[in-house]
Amino acid sequence: MSTFPWLTVAGAIPLAGAVVVALTPGAPAPGGAAGQRSRDQLVKRVTLASSLTTLAVIIAMALRFSPGGPDFQFSQSVSWIPQFGVRYAVGVDGIALVLIVMTAILMPVVVLASWNDAEGESGPAGEAPPRRSVKTYFALLLVLETMMIGVFAATDVFLFYVFFEAMLVPMYFMIGSYGVGQRQYAAVKFLLYSLLGGLLMLVAVIALYVYSARGGHPGTFAFSSLEHLNLSPVTQRWLFLGFFVAFAIKAPLWPFHTWLPDAATAAQPGAAVLLVGVLDKVGTFGMIRYCLELFPSAAHYFTPLVIALAVIGILYGAIVAIGQADLKRLIAYTSVSHMGLITLGIFAMTSQGQTGATLYMVNHGFATGALFLIAGFMIARRRSQLIADYGGVQKVAPVLAGLFLIAGLAGLALPGLSTFVSEFLVLVGTFTRYELPAVLATVGIILAAIYILWMYQRTMTGPVRDSVASMPDLRARELWAVGPLIALIVVLGVYPKPVLDVINPAVHQTLVQLHSTDPVPPHPATAVAQKGGAR
Amino acid sequence: MTGILAAAAPAISAPHIEYAQLSPLLLVFGLAVAGVLVEAFAPRAARRGIHLVLTLGGLAAAFVLTIVVASSSSLFGHGSPGRIDAVQTVAVDRPTLFIWGTILVLAFLSVLLIAESSHDMSPFVAQAAAVPGSPEEREGLVAGAVHTEVYPLTLFAVGGMLLFPAANDLLTMFVALEVLSLPLYLMCGMARRRRLLSQEAAMKYFLLGAYSSAFFLFGIAMLYGFSGSVRLSVIAAAAASNTGSATLLYAGIALLGLGLLFKIGAAPFQSWKPDVYQGAPTPITALMASCTLIAAFGALLRIFYVAFGQLSWDWRPAMWAVAILTMAVGAIIAVTQTDMKRLLAYSSIAQAGYVLTAVIAASPAGLAASLFYLAAYGVAVIGAFAVVTLVRDQTGEAAHMSRWAGLGRRSPLVAGAFAFFLITFAGIPLTSGFTGKFAVFQAAIAGGALPLVIVGVLSSAILAFPYIRVIVLMFFSDPAPDGPAVVVPSVFTSAAVAVGVLATLVLGVVPQPLLSLANHAANQLFVR
Repeated sequence: MSTFPWLTVAGAIPLAGAVVVALTPGAPAPGGAAGQRSRDQLVKRVTLASSLTTLAVIIAMALRFSPGGPDFQFSQSVSWIPQFGVRYAVGVDGIALVLIVMTAILMPVVVLASWNDAEGESGPAGEAPPRRSVKTYFALLLVLETMMIGVFAATDVFLFYVFFEAMLVPMYFMIGSYGVGQRQYAAVKFLLYSLLGGLLMLVAVIALYVYSARGGHPGTFAFSSLEHLNLSPVTQRWLFLGFFVAFAIKAPLWPFHTWLPDAATAAQPGAAVLLVGVLDKVGTFGMIRYCLELFPSAAHYFTPLVIALAVIGILYGAIVAIGQADLKRLIAYTSVSHMGLITLGIFAMTSQGQTGATLYMVNHGFATGALFLIAGFMIARRRSQLIADYGGVQKVAPVLAGLFLIAGLAGLALPGLSTFVSEFLVLVGTFTRYELPAVLATVGIILAAIYILWMYQRTMTGPVRDSVASMPDLRARELWAVGPLIALIVVLGVYPKPVLDVINPAVHQTLVQLHSTDPVPPHPATAVAQKGGAR
Repeated sequence: MTGILAAAAPAISAPHIEYAQLSPLLLVFGLAVAGVLVEAFAPRAARRGIHLVLTLGGLAAAFVLTIVVASSSSLFGHGSPGRIDAVQTVAVDRPTLFIWGTILVLAFLSVLLIAESSHDMSPFVAQAAAVPGSPEEREGLVAGAVHTEVYPLTLFAVGGMLLFPAANDLLTMFVALEVLSLPLYLMCGMARRRRLLSQEAAMKYFLLGAYSSAFFLFGIAMLYGFSGSVRLSVIAAAAASNTGSATLLYAGIALLGLGLLFKIGAAPFQSWKPDVYQGAPTPITALMASCTLIAAFGALLRIFYVAFGQLSWDWRPAMWAVAILTMAVGAIIAVTQTDMKRLLAYSSIAQAGYVLTAVIAASPAGLAASLFYLAAYGVAVIGAFAVVTLVRDQTGEAAHMSRWAGLGRRSPLVAGAFAFFLITFAGIPLTSGFTGKFAVFQAAIAGGALPLVIVGVLSSAILAFPYIRVIVLMFFSDPAPDGPAVVVPSVFTSAAVAVGVLATLVLGVVPQPLLSLANHAANQLFVR
């Protein structure tokens, strides 16, 4: 079974599902509204089935992954555009694998959670329910899943770029067509920011190809060959910047973050989960895979700058989050803060830092996903995104409030929940090399406690507002959607070893490529004490 | 008496013409002449049908002939780049054949749009000579007269476009330039609706075009003075031997370049493009935006690669400036446009700038990339203009952008096709536009023009904004209550849109066949 094209199959299933969904006859259906509804139900079931099948395939694949095996497993390489030396080449290392698994887990969750979103159930009150095509929404979701798997699986830089850019189109339509509030503005801003970054990266991609063709042999985009390319330090720096700006916009790193709060606020909760949970990770994944491994000396050169930006992002995102009045916007700003922390861990260039950052990418996907979804359920009930419109929800909807609290506590990295492990690793890994940034980042965690707990206090506790008095608790569908995420947050918080085992060899490989060794911490006890004291 | 004459004049032998190699060219010109005869003798009712058969059949046949010529081993076997025919005036080499094939396919698609006549959609005025608003015009409309002179005019224009990039001497090139331009000037003024705008466009195009032709001719005179010949290879040899007057040479290059850059609409010679594209009947705009652009680029490439190939250090800085200006002007002004056709015109200016970055590379890769880009862009732009012809209200085409609001909900298919064309113009992967952009930028970087490419991507990012805005308007806005309707097109227009969408997708996902064809066409550069 070693030659079975796991990744291609996993990527093709959602695409096939999207085709089926798109080919379902559209309105007007025979039988009027009822006929339309049954058709929409069919569309949703097909979507759920394809995302579950994909998940099954990916779990089967992940179980066959051997952490001690070759760097890239399940590899497949077929010539695509020989003219440019482009190959359809896929394969995963440990980092890509865990991100693909995370994507595949989030997908059915999002489908379930946004079951009625395309009908405008989650829009604020007063906005006319948009009459949008339900099947288009779900077809876009599935196309997006194919591209998300592709972007993590690509081992050909050109192929990566294709997925990286093409991914924008479905997300653009999901925000612009199905979003709420200032959806048009948000969609345009999202696309323009990402396109600008992508185009700068395109220059770097082409330049990389041209440099690989120096010395007579044909140019290539294969990651494995580009890794060993000899580039002058100055060239490396320019190419690094080309890639890094694209990833910094995608991640998003301060000061390139301004599109994210707008986009996440305007998107439906499900789309926001994919936006923050998966698309942002493409940025940080790209930093590890491409910025660090292709341009090691430039990465060292730019490290102080990146660390400064990351620390500013951690503090800025957290402080701005405290002041938000809009639920989704608040969660989006917490992500800016957390993505700064992930970037910090990556550029600390220690094994704890990078392992923690990678683990954090996965945990953040689950934790923020759960937070967005539960907030979305609440918004769908009250028809408002404003925190001030809620109060005392825990008395009328205890399950909703309880799960929201768990997801929120994961957001502030409470020990025992998954994000704690990753955050701790990032901070320890950073502290051994950069003490001041680690200390400042720890301040960000204190701020996290403020924004999460204060948000919980304002929405869930206190006297029951009239407007939420009749709010129903979570339905079975909604429980099925967030239940697995909450379970994962708890399980990975107690026993993260399986994931860490997969990540570690890949991180080790990155550090070898970077010629970076872990500094021996002079006072390991101090680092722990620092952490404990901050908390 | 006869004896004296015979003794005085040296015997003139008939020139040897390679009819087989020139057959596509001759066929198109021949059918154009036949079309004029049809116009003169065929009954009015039968004309349209006869013209359609002649024009579409002729273009298809010419395409087949091009393939036959290209596959004849005597021409291209043993790595030969091609040959120079017709007393050394026409170069039938690999790039020529690629350009011929592309122009013929695109002209075929444009004629499909020209032939549209259902639902009062005929884009052409019944009688071009009738004064706008006059009784004659009304009579023509009432009688339901259909314009048919446009078919032979199109064939003449296409013939000129085929000859223009193939011309091996400057006089032939000038004749071709006029043959392709004059019918276009006329056809620009023949729009059925908004006739004054159309006639204004024709007038502007004619005046500016005449100026540029004059510059072109002046440049020829300079180069003749420099080298004593109008043949490209002789000019190249003279330039290499560095014997003549440098002043004449550089003045000649500048004037010749000016004439050609005008035709491709490069800044600062771009000002005619938006006006003409907006005023001309949309099918003619499609013809100009695809075929004329390719023909003009073909000629530009031939002159600058063959005649001035050794002088690339001299013309390159100027071309850099032109390319940067073109990319910047096209993209920045496109942002402010509110008319769909003007937006596509400015976008076409910027796209010409992207191709120029590859032209500057002066390498086989640059030539191949230019050829691929032009073919891919041509198909998409015809599709886009085809969609423009479909969105109509009472006054004809609803070209103003605000009228397109909510189109995506009324006609998802048509709006989806248009959005797809915009996405390819923006260069998003998995479309032909991305492959083309990748090819030209790669050639440019390999040629050492990295700064140009950076300007290029910045320009692309700016240009993406108006495209995205149109998509927002079509899909994310609510339709206006009295908005335009999408008419159900006849099979002609539908075919043009379908081919556009399909080609754009295929060239984005599996571009290799066309890429290797373009590469094969370009790897020996032009025949000298």
